[in-house]
Amino acid sequence: MAMSKQKTERLLSLVVCLLSSRRYLTAAQIRDAVPGYPANFDAFKRMFERDKDELRELGIPLETGMNSASDEELGYRISRQAYELPEIRLEPDEAAVLGLAARVWQRAELAGAAAGGLLKLRAAGIDAEETTQPGIEPRLRTGEAAFGPLWQAVRDRRPVTFGYQAAGRSTPQRRTLEPWGVVSRHGRWYVVGHDRDRGEERVFRLSRIDGPVAFTGPPGSVTVPDGADVHQAMRAWDEAPPALLTAALRIRRGAGHGLRRRASSDRPCPGLDGWDLVQARFSDAGWYADYIASFGADVVVLEPVDLRDAVISRLKGALA
Amino acid sequence: MTARAARPGATDRLQRLLALVPYVISRQVVGLAETAATFGITENELVDDLNMLWCVELRAPDPYCPIDLSYEGGEIMVSQAESMDRPLRLATDEASALLIALRMLAELPGPQDRSALRRTIAKLETAAGEAAAASAQVAVQVDGRAPAGVQAMIADALRQGRRLHLSYYVPGRDEATERDADPMRLLVLDGRTYLEAWCRRAEAVRLFRLDRVLAIEVLDVAAEVPEEAEPRDPDSGPFRPSDADLDVVLELSPAGRWVAEYYPCEEIADLGEGRLRVSLRTPDTRWVRRLALRLGEDGRVISPPELAGQVRDDASAALAQYA
Repeated sequence: MAMSKQKTERLLSLVVCLLSSRRYLTAAQIRDAVPGYPANFDAFKRMFERDKDELRELGIPLETGMNSASDEELGYRISRQAYELPEIRLEPDEAAVLGLAARVWQRAELAGAAAGGLLKLRAAGIDAEETTQPGIEPRLRTGEAAFGPLWQAVRDRRPVTFGYQAAGRSTPQRRTLEPWGVVSRHGRWYVVGHDRDRGEERVFRLSRIDGPVAFTGPPGSVTVPDGADVHQAMRAWDEAPPALLTAALRIRRGAGHGLRRRASSDRPCPGLDGWDLVQARFSDAGWYADYIASFGADVVVLEPVDLRDAVISRLKGALA
Repeated sequence: MTARAARPGATDRLQRLLALVPYVISRQVVGLAETAATFGITENELVDDLNMLWCVELRAPDPYCPIDLSYEGGEIMVSQAESMDRPLRLATDEASALLIALRMLAELPGPQDRSALRRTIAKLETAAGEAAAASAQVAVQVDGRAPAGVQAMIADALRQGRRLHLSYYVPGRDEATERDADPMRLLVLDGRTYLEAWCRRAEAVRLFRLDRVLAIEVLDVAAEVPEEAEPRDPDSGPFRPSDADLDVVLELSPAGRWVAEYYPCEEIADLGEGRLRVSLRTPDTRWVRRLALRLGEDGRVISPPELAGQVRDDASAALAQYA
C-alpha cells in the first residue's frame, strides 16, 4: 500500500510538473523537480520510463521535443490543449439521457469505461445523475468472452485469428479476420470484417468463437474500406428476403397463432369442423418447415409438396 | 473483467485525483459527502486524496506547492490548482461506451427524448474529438418490430399509474392469452423491449415481450403493484430459473447446436464431432416438446424419459395427419 501511495504521489507530481511547464523539460530537470525519484541516474531512468508508459496508458498526451535547435537532449511536456477535455455544457434533459446511457453497460465489458467517462464529464461541471428517468432500464450485455479482444482489435485496427465453430460443422476452424466492426443484433454480438482466407467480407457470431482471440498484426494494420458501414451491414440483414412462396395450411382452431399472424387468408375449413384453412407466404422453406413441425398435430401442410415432405421428414426425425 | 478493474492501484487513484480538482473547481464549493458519493469512495478516502493533492510539491527550479485547497466544515474549496482545472480528455473506450449507449437509446422505439439524445450525442462527439471515431464501428440493433403504439400506451399507463389489459401471445404454448397487468417498468434487454409488470392472472412479476403483445388497452383502474413484487435484476437477463424447474437434457447434432446459443443452458458438454449435450431448467415442458419437434433428428430429449416419450407421441400424432 505504502509503495502504491508513493507511486501515486510521484505520478501526480510528474503530471502537475509537466502540465505547468510550457517548455520541454529534460529528464534531469524532471528528476530535480519531482520528489520521489532515486538519486542514482540509471535507477531514475528506469523508473521514469515506466512512469511515462503508465501516463500514456491513461491517455495523458506526453510530448517530446526540444526548446531550441541548440538543445542537445530531448525534453518532455504535456500540452494543456492536448490534455484538457474541451468545454462541454449539457442542458438538464441532456444530462438526464447521459446518466441513463452510463447505466447501459452496467456489468458488461465497457462498464468501467462508461463510468470513467461519466466521471470526467462530471469533473467538467456536468450534473448527470445516474438515477433519472424512471420507468425504463436499457441494458447491453457482453457475455461472450471474445467481445473484449475483438473490440480492442476494431478500435486499434488490428487483424485477429480465432477458432470458429460454424453452424453445422463438426470441428472448429481457424479463421483470420481484418475486423471492421462489432454489431449486436437480438442480443447477440457479431464481428464483421474481411476474411483473409476467403478473401471476402464475412460475419462471425461471437458465441461461436472457440478459444482465445489472438492479434496477428500491429495497431493500425487494418484498413477499413470506404463504404464499409457496420450499421448498413446490419440494416441489410433486416430486409427480409421477399416472401415469394405461398403455403396452404390446415390449422386447428385456436392454435397456430404464430403462423396466422402472417396469413394472407384465414377461413373455416369446408367440411372439417374445428379446422381453418390458412394461406401464408414464406421465403425460407427450411426454416418454415422446422417452424411448422413445432406445432405438431395442430398444423398440416397441404401444399406445396416439398414443404409438406420437409415437415414430414422433420417429424420422422423426432420419432426415430 | 473490465480494463479499469484490471489495473487497480496507483493509476486508478491518479485518475481520480486528476478528476477531483476540476470537479471541485467547476462547482466552486462542494460537500465532502456528496463528492465521496460521486467518486464512489468513503469520506476518509476522499480526505486522504485531498491531503495528497494539497501536499504536492515541486522542488525545482524553485520549490513551490501548486495546489491549495481546504475542506473545513465539510465543504471543499480549491483556491489554487495551476493548470489542473480541466479534466483529462475522454479516452477512446470512455467516449465509445457512452456514445454506443446513447445511439442505442436513440434507436429505441417509443417516447424517448430523441431531441435530447441527438443534442447530447453531437456535443459528446465534439468534446471527444478523435476518441469518438471508433464508436462508429459498433452498432447495436434494437428490435423495432413491436407496434409503435404499444410502447406509447405502456408509457402512458406507467405515467398515470393505470392497469393494462393485454392480449399476449405465448409461443412456447402457442396460446393467445388475456390478462390484466400492473406495469412496473420497461426493460430493454438483448435488443428487445419488455414490459415488466405484476401479472394479476399469475399473481407474480412477469416480463412481456412487446413484439408479442397482440392487443393492449389502458384500463380506467389504478395499478396496484403489491409490495412483494420484486423487480428482476436486468443484468441476469430475461430468464429467471427457479428451484421448482424441471431439468431437461438434450443431445444436439452440429445442425442443432444453435439451441445452446439461443437458450440459457445450465451445462454444455462437448460430445465430439460437433455434437453437444446440454441441460436446461424450465417450469414448463410444452415448449421443449415443440422445440424437439422442430429439431427433428438434430436434437433428442435424453431426460426426463417421460418427456422423450411425449415427444414421440407428439410426432406420431402429427404424422398421422399425413397418413
